[in-house]
Amino acid sequence: MSDNVRRPSLSTFPRLLMHHAQVRPNHPATREKSMGIWQTWTWFQVSDEVRAMASGLAELGFKRGDNLAIIGDNRPRLYWAMCAAQCLGGVPVPMYQDAVAGEMVFVLQDAGIKFAIVEDQEQVDKLLEIMGQCPDLQHILYDDPRGMRHYNQPFLHGLDEVQEMGRIHNRNHSDFLDGEISQGKPEDVAVMLYTSGTTGKPKGVCQTHAAFIAAAKSGCEFDKLVPEDNILSYLPMAWVGDHLFSFAQATYAGFTINCPESGDTVMTDMREIGPSYYFAPPRVFENLLTQVMIRMEDASAIKRNMFHFFMGVARRCGAEILDGKPVPATDKLLYALGDFLVYGPLRNVLGMSRIRVAYTAGAAIGPDLFRFYRSIGVNLKQLYGSTETCAAVCLQPDGQIKFDTVGPPAPGVEVKISDNGEVLVRGEVMLKEYYKRPEDTADAVDADGYFRTGDAGFFDEDGHLKIIDRAKDVGKLANGAMYAPNYIENKLKFFSYIKEAVAFGADKDEVCTFINIDMGAVGNWAERRNIAYSGYTDLAQKEEVCGLIRDCVEQANAELAHDAMLSASQVHRFLILHKELDPDDDELTRTRKVRRGFIEQKYGVLIEALYTGKTSQFIETEVKFEDGRKGKVSADLRILEAKTFPSQAAKKAA
Amino acid sequence: MSNGRIIGDVILDLQNISLRFGGVNALTDVSFDVREHEIRAIIGPNGAGKSSMLNVINGVYHPQEGAIVYRGKKRHDMDTHEAAKAGFARTFQNIALFKGMSVLDNLMTGRNLKMKSNFLLQALRWGPAQREELEHREKVEEVIDFLEIEHIRKTPVGRLPYGLQKRVELGRALAMEPSLLLLDEPMAGMNVEEKQDMCRFVLDVNDQFGMTIVLIEHDMGVVMDISDRVVVLDYGKKIADGTPDEVRSDPDVIAAYLGTQH
Repeated sequence: MSDNVRRPSLSTFPRLLMHHAQVRPNHPATREKSMGIWQTWTWFQVSDEVRAMASGLAELGFKRGDNLAIIGDNRPRLYWAMCAAQCLGGVPVPMYQDAVAGEMVFVLQDAGIKFAIVEDQEQVDKLLEIMGQCPDLQHILYDDPRGMRHYNQPFLHGLDEVQEMGRIHNRNHSDFLDGEISQGKPEDVAVMLYTSGTTGKPKGVCQTHAAFIAAAKSGCEFDKLVPEDNILSYLPMAWVGDHLFSFAQATYAGFTINCPESGDTVMTDMREIGPSYYFAPPRVFENLLTQVMIRMEDASAIKRNMFHFFMGVARRCGAEILDGKPVPATDKLLYALGDFLVYGPLRNVLGMSRIRVAYTAGAAIGPDLFRFYRSIGVNLKQLYGSTETCAAVCLQPDGQIKFDTVGPPAPGVEVKISDNGEVLVRGEVMLKEYYKRPEDTADAVDADGYFRTGDAGFFDEDGHLKIIDRAKDVGKLANGAMYAPNYIENKLKFFSYIKEAVAFGADKDEVCTFINIDMGAVGNWAERRNIAYSGYTDLAQKEEVCGLIRDCVEQANAELAHDAMLSASQVHRFLILHKELDPDDDELTRTRKVRRGFIEQKYGVLIEALYTGKTSQFIETEVKFEDGRKGKVSADLRILEAKTFPSQAAKKAA
Repeated sequence: MSNGRIIGDVILDLQNISLRFGGVNALTDVSFDVREHEIRAIIGPNGAGKSSMLNVINGVYHPQEGAIVYRGKKRHDMDTHEAAKAGFARTFQNIALFKGMSVLDNLMTGRNLKMKSNFLLQALRWGPAQREELEHREKVEEVIDFLEIEHIRKTPVGRLPYGLQKRVELGRALAMEPSLLLLDEPMAGMNVEEKQDMCRFVLDVNDQFGMTIVLIEHDMGVVMDISDRVVVLDYGKKIADGTPDEVRSDPDVIAAYLGTQH
């Protein structure tokens, strides 16, 4: 593997692919569950498919420098399409498959897309709907022919036909594609990933082959990834994390990616594959834990007691054992017994029996949640990065895991903190530019070549980076105390009953928040107490639920009281929203980040009510359903007070 | 929606069917036909004889009078096994699945008629029986993919919500690769979303496999939307027959559904 790097001939992804096809032709490269069983493609077969697809695209007129939109769930052929575009010197632009048609217009126009490869009829329909607004779009290729029989537009092509065309082309011009591949340069743009657009319109981040290969190399060497590793590829292909793990690292190290059968079967598929390398945002880990806890509540008394006893043991010493730190012999013995009776079977149910390395990123992870997985023997670690830095800025090394930091800078990456507390990054993994936005690029990269991440953070005494919040969100309360909304929101979101929180407080006297309850966890809690409810809106306003959430908020306040810098940010008042915040209503980004400005505008009346001391407020909101229809939700929201605590930080210092 | 399928010749012709249970006339002199590749709906108020009509077609009931012509072969009545061999598959108003068996196993039972190896070989899952089972499993997986029920493949049917059970039942009928699909109220008791899903599957089955479908349905909106021709029964008699538009404006139909002014 390490010979890949030293040889300049392996400096682009297509060359890496051809290299694997030669060196390990029969090693599985891609698996997909289809027809109820796992179908496998070896590296040689994948290279063959990619070559056919690339030449087919060339036949249709795809040229060097063209951008190729890729829209769909994690399907093998969509991953191959990325490499096919790169073979021809084109740039794949993966897009979020759950976006509604209207949202796709912007990216299609901005990237000047002429060719799109999409998964199925659903995506084709969306593109047909907006074709009028995207005059550049010339060809749409689809992977799954189901339901496409009556589409006879000449610009629609099945991937099968295109690949067949490519195969014929390759037979007639056997040196065409190798010529194209050899023209590719490491400094060419390899992929364009759009930022989620927390603020304003998304921007296309251009990353070169060199940057992503550097990121892949550093990750693979850091965690000693080998071709025998397996990963489950189930996160949106448009997300930088998935691109790094399922495409860049897999193509670099030559390990196997596994595509689940459908979004609903991820859990089952994960158990069947038993990946050795795993990546998920915190909310996935949280959902898994919630499911386990709910099912344990329903288990028989013996099992439940055994579970709680051994989880107590794991909490005491599990994480230390994983880190290789010394623990008392009795604990070691109990942990071994627990591993046999509880942790092992639990890991098996979660599909985590074989995991060597698991990462989480994308948002802050709750310490309890993080500790839970580590204590049952799953080597879960955090990493920090962004689309602009190939998701590879900081990584936690084995044995040096802290719950509230993201680890030291990755090999080959320089990180420094600017005077105003912003995290700055320099290195090979940095973006080349924002597509067609020189001003934005100039804004984001300073004179010394450092990329401004926009995150506020600092290094702790061990040189580990700790992220507090988005730099621009960090503000001050009216009394001058520091206020970091994300920090407060995360504290709240760590409770399993709270799904989403939005804090307000910049330039105000006190902090107030909106809260979304977690329908699964709170619903189950309510059922256990025989509280009848008709739906989300009803459940959210129940007296008992309000009490439950108030307890959570007060607990968070108690913790904040211990924080030296943020003890003034305790939540004084809150309300539980009548609807779940949803990307379809533009309240969240597709990566589920809160769009603060938009929410402030949309729910201005609620914010006002929070700060004027009302006890309830009526609101009616329009909601968009998945199919584009619209409806209305209205409710009388209670406004609740929470207890706050005097600052403890001063005492601690004394 | 532009539709590429071509409706063919009459494949099933029901001629002057009369069915009596003792003194009760369930069906009186009902005639209608079904053409290849069409979706044919039977509608009518409660007790109009719709389910009896389906039962006559697949041989559960034997009419006292009349004849059934299927693909040119005329007979007085069908036998259930004859109907199954001829490729008639049906679903039931009240779901009739094996509740304790998984979705996959339920669908496999739909392939039973097509199994050629004998009982002993099947029980041992040996030799030709194993090869055969693999082929059948492939067909069943196609159905699973088609109906988007991958996530419940191994779930016992009894644990599934009603709407999904209905879909599994449709799946079992499809696993037979039938030439004629009889659906008895496929959307009864479903919510709007489930109905929409089911409509889409019925249309897709018809469209992609060119399957001929006879369905009974209460929801008039559904019937008018998806069927090519509709026959209306009332008190065991045919009162109208034609395209949805013709039927909708028929005074007898309006009277049967809404009552008449006296």
